[in-house]
Amino acid sequence: MTKHMLHALDRLKERVEELGRTVQRAVADSLQSVMTRDETLAVRVIEGDRAIDLAEVEVEEECLKVLALHQPVATDLRLLVGVLKLNNDLERIGDLAVNIAGNAGKINLDGDPRLTEILLRLAGRSQDMLHQGLDSLMRQDSQLALRVCAADDDVDHLYSLFRSTIQDTLAADQGARSLERIECLMRAISVSRSLERIADHATNIAEDVIYMATGEIPRHGALRDLRVWKDRDDRAGDQSC
Amino acid sequence: MELMKPQVIERAALEETETAVLATGVEVWYGPARSVHGIDLRIPVRRVTAFIGPSGCGKSTLLRCFNRMNDLIPDCRVKGRIEVHGKDIHAPETALEDLRREVGMVFQKSNPFSKSIYDNVAYGPRVHGQSERQQLDGIVETCLKRVALWDEVKDRLKSSALDLSGGQQQRLCIARALAVGPTVLLMDEPASALDPRSTSRIEDLITELRDLYTIVIVTHNMQQAARVSDYTAFLYEGNLIEFNETRRLFTKPEHAQTNDYITGRFG
Repeated sequence: MTKHMLHALDRLKERVEELGRTVQRAVADSLQSVMTRDETLAVRVIEGDRAIDLAEVEVEEECLKVLALHQPVATDLRLLVGVLKLNNDLERIGDLAVNIAGNAGKINLDGDPRLTEILLRLAGRSQDMLHQGLDSLMRQDSQLALRVCAADDDVDHLYSLFRSTIQDTLAADQGARSLERIECLMRAISVSRSLERIADHATNIAEDVIYMATGEIPRHGALRDLRVWKDRDDRAGDQSC
Repeated sequence: MELMKPQVIERAALEETETAVLATGVEVWYGPARSVHGIDLRIPVRRVTAFIGPSGCGKSTLLRCFNRMNDLIPDCRVKGRIEVHGKDIHAPETALEDLRREVGMVFQKSNPFSKSIYDNVAYGPRVHGQSERQQLDGIVETCLKRVALWDEVKDRLKSSALDLSGGQQQRLCIARALAVGPTVLLMDEPASALDPRSTSRIEDLITELRDLYTIVIVTHNMQQAARVSDYTAFLYEGNLIEFNETRRLFTKPEHAQTNDYITGRFG
């Protein structure tokens, strides 16, 4: 029975890993479609979301099956509960990639190097957080997950900076403002908002990894003193389970 | 019978709850072999404590220490100190019959006497000198109600206990144990020989009784321990590896060995 459960958990991990890779690719492609105005690539991202939705349902069904058949406890239970939750985050990130791709061909920031630079930094940090969040999941690495949680402040700052820079741009543009220009900047804000939300979901994933690895629920301010967590993990060493 | 809702004891409050059984440095030897290695353990009053662990880990042996059942085994020696409600059970002034009345026991296999249902429950009180019919009737009815057997047998109290089903016989044995007024109830795999429905009734019963009695249960069924107990002790090779709130032990055990055992990775 236990061997069956361990095999089922291994299969589940493989599925989540694959779903994570698909979602990462969707985000990267959606950003590329916007930056290079590649509408064909954007359509591929939008159509690919169906596969992400189906994979999310499959992972959920697999979790429910293991719960019903094997009644897991301790680390196995925490793994399943964590996967059930972050599975939903991955699906939402897929939706956000679709939102981003929907702006392909409709954003032109060629004349705004400052905006382009901030948006690229925002995209890079959000993608890093997603990548590291998934990496921490595969390695059950609570220290890496903690770093992901800490990085969310940087993304929030970049998002805020991007919005204020657009406001400044609009204020400076007063005479030359056109409807096309305003729509382009609004779409750029929408993309930045999606990137900020992706970082939030990556944080959720990292928090789930911390729960899986340590058994502690780190939400709602419990992560305020990250050093305490680091010290605790260092002390726990091999005894941690 | 109306029972109070069980209270969940927070971990921080564990130290403040009253103690039913206190074991200090308990060792059990069978001849030259030591099967329990110096266990310190505190069983909180009116809570369910489960002992889990692989076969031969010493959980039944430890359980049987609490009402000196091991005294019946030749070559068995118990060292260390065990207190029940603050009294040393090995003290010369402790009468064994008083201890066994205080600490009742239910075994894996139901073992009703070859007597009527009524006489099975009334047996203990009679041995302890109760002979008034009205008093005995009251005890029999109360105990059978406490084990949720009254409605099933009230019209055939004079029938043989051996005619009852396995699950009913086990509940009858629990009623028999309750009839002498214990405060602590030891249960050694009380449902392992029963079908799922009867097992479920025994588990419901344990949940009902937890407000009236301190219950210590040995079980091989970890889901059962998780379902019915407030605290769980994990034993391995005669050592107490972990004692923790059940909800914590089954979600975040403090020892890697506990985690490996309850997730089925060894044992």
